[in-house]
Amino acid sequence: MHPAFLGLLTIAIGVGGCVAYYFFSNWVLDNVLFPAKGPQAGRNINRANLIRPWLFLFPAMIALGLYLAYPVIETLRLSLTDRDQDGAFVGLANYMQMFGEPKFWEAMRNNMLWLIVVPAMSTMFGLLVAQLTDRIKWGNIAKSLIFMPMAISFVGAAVIWKLIYDARPEGTEQIGVLNAIYVAFSGGAPQQWLTLPIWNNFFLMVVLIWIQTGFSMVILSAALRGIPEETIEAAIVDGANPIQIFFKIKVPQIKSTIMVVWTTITLVVLKVFDIVFAMTNGQWSTQVLANYMYTQLFVANDWGVGSASAMMIMLLVTPILVWNVRNARKEMR
Amino acid sequence: MDNIAGSKSSLTWAVHISVAFLVALWLFPTVGLFVSSFRTADQIATSGWWKSLFPSEQNLTIRSAAPDTQTQDGALYVIEGNLFDGDEAEITAWGISSRAISDYTPGETAELRKGGRVTVQANGDYRMENEEAFSGKRGTRIFVTATKPAEFTTQNYENMLLDPKNVDGMAKAFFNTLTVTIPATIIPIVVAAFAAYALAWMDFPGRALLIAIIVGLLVVPLQLALIPLLKLHLGIGIGKGYLGTWLAHTGFGLPLAIYLLRNYMVGLPRDIIENARVDGATEFQIFTKIILPLSFPALASFAIFQFLWTWNDLLVAKVFLIDSTGQTTVMTAQIVELLGTRGGNWEILATAAFVSIAVPLAVFFAMQKYLVRGLLAGSVK
Repeated sequence: MHPAFLGLLTIAIGVGGCVAYYFFSNWVLDNVLFPAKGPQAGRNINRANLIRPWLFLFPAMIALGLYLAYPVIETLRLSLTDRDQDGAFVGLANYMQMFGEPKFWEAMRNNMLWLIVVPAMSTMFGLLVAQLTDRIKWGNIAKSLIFMPMAISFVGAAVIWKLIYDARPEGTEQIGVLNAIYVAFSGGAPQQWLTLPIWNNFFLMVVLIWIQTGFSMVILSAALRGIPEETIEAAIVDGANPIQIFFKIKVPQIKSTIMVVWTTITLVVLKVFDIVFAMTNGQWSTQVLANYMYTQLFVANDWGVGSASAMMIMLLVTPILVWNVRNARKEMR
Repeated sequence: MDNIAGSKSSLTWAVHISVAFLVALWLFPTVGLFVSSFRTADQIATSGWWKSLFPSEQNLTIRSAAPDTQTQDGALYVIEGNLFDGDEAEITAWGISSRAISDYTPGETAELRKGGRVTVQANGDYRMENEEAFSGKRGTRIFVTATKPAEFTTQNYENMLLDPKNVDGMAKAFFNTLTVTIPATIIPIVVAAFAAYALAWMDFPGRALLIAIIVGLLVVPLQLALIPLLKLHLGIGIGKGYLGTWLAHTGFGLPLAIYLLRNYMVGLPRDIIENARVDGATEFQIFTKIILPLSFPALASFAIFQFLWTWNDLLVAKVFLIDSTGQTTVMTAQIVELLGTRGGNWEILATAAFVSIAVPLAVFFAMQKYLVRGLLAGSVK
């Protein structure tokens, strides 16, 4: 069967099945189990209302449990066992093996660099664009264009930037713009940017900054608009200049939004895989955790160490997870 | 906002210029790839794409027409024609030897080594004359330095999309991506909408805890799910394929879907729902007749997110979909493959990338309003 038909069939079965499930489970609840008539009508309505939320939640809870909660526990278990010994419990041996690998520490070091540079630069550029476009007529068009890379896949972005970093042999015309500029101004030989140790990490980060700036700009721009005008008017009356207004009046008032943007981009950075995979695949000292994990799982076929490195990512995510949950609970009260 | 006090900022021009600069900087990479996808392999390899937008000076080697096209003009044998086949170009210098490619200016006449003379005009018209017949099979080589206007072709797209024999072609991968994306976008919306309604408008013990769990699951890296779920899929017989991929995308998209939709539904006016309850509507009717239509903006927001995410995804497809036959490869995976095998063939890479980027860009510009709304609602405050 052609996959497109299979797809259509799945939509029909998936959507139809879901709707049918909700409809019939409700119908059974209201008409068979606890009919809202007869001598016990009142009690039955209450009982039905106790059960109904769980009917509505059931498919979502199954999917969430099976596809997100169970894997966390299973990955933890796998990281403590050895596949070659029929899944025997080996304690922390996988972690010890991982800590002994230089590639792991390279990935950790690079991840730390990514975690510092990408959220900082994306937030900074986002804030800059949000502030600058706030006052000009064509600001919305400008924002829309800077926001555009958000729609481009990491793989597409990798191709786009590889063209920029492209290097041709010395003496021939450079088709990568970075080398064209470099050769024109320094007169030196063209550089293979993606193989220059340490620097190449930054060339990869630029790709993610380019993508994420739009996100931070959108959120921060909305936050800037939400600042009460009186505070700014008061500052102008007191003789503050635009720079002072921005840093002393506006930024402090959107601090919590900046934190949200920062943590959201941090999460993206921790999971970044496609960019590194497509551009260098971790060669030339550009390994990051997510790609290290992929290599361990599917190239080296070592589920123990692969799961251990996945748990490292989880560990790094956990503080943000706790922070988010606490904020969400605070907001609900 | 800063001008409230009536002081027109003198920095306005600086602001305009810096915004224009930033926009140009952000657009430049994408435009580069876009322009490159309309150039031939030769053009890409010999000059930077930014030069292709303007008339550029190029050194070209062009052959005159073959001797069998010669005509007789009185006692002379003549070959006439245009070096650019009538295309617009301006010759600044030319030559007849690869060692001296700019010995002559337009209008001058050069003596050919094999006998005869050739005259080349600035627009590319040439006239070769000889007292004897020109011999040989091929025309004479003429070296020109010419300024040619920008020139683009759609040939790359024809090769990548319409040529069924091209093993690098993107047509199949395009449909595979589409096959992954559509069910993976629609199914989580249905499942999440019901759950979000229960979490927003039904009172039951444990509701707050469930919402907290969903906020927590929002950030769980999907990397953790790869091996356990692949084991599960292989164990229950789904194996690698579309079904497993749809299920995985559904599972991974649900927390955001529920979170977005619940936040939106909570904000709907209480009166409408309570009036409907008083009028005897069942919860199911309230949901389908009132909540769903009112929640359209939130549904659209999530649909765009999920669409972009599944369309652009590489990791889930590589783990859950693409088997060793490679029949089910998606565009992102195909592009990564091409990066490895066709690393220097920018006409192939640029076109493949743009085929994959085009659809999300269209969705982005058409539905940007909902995307922004979703982003604002979806970032945990």
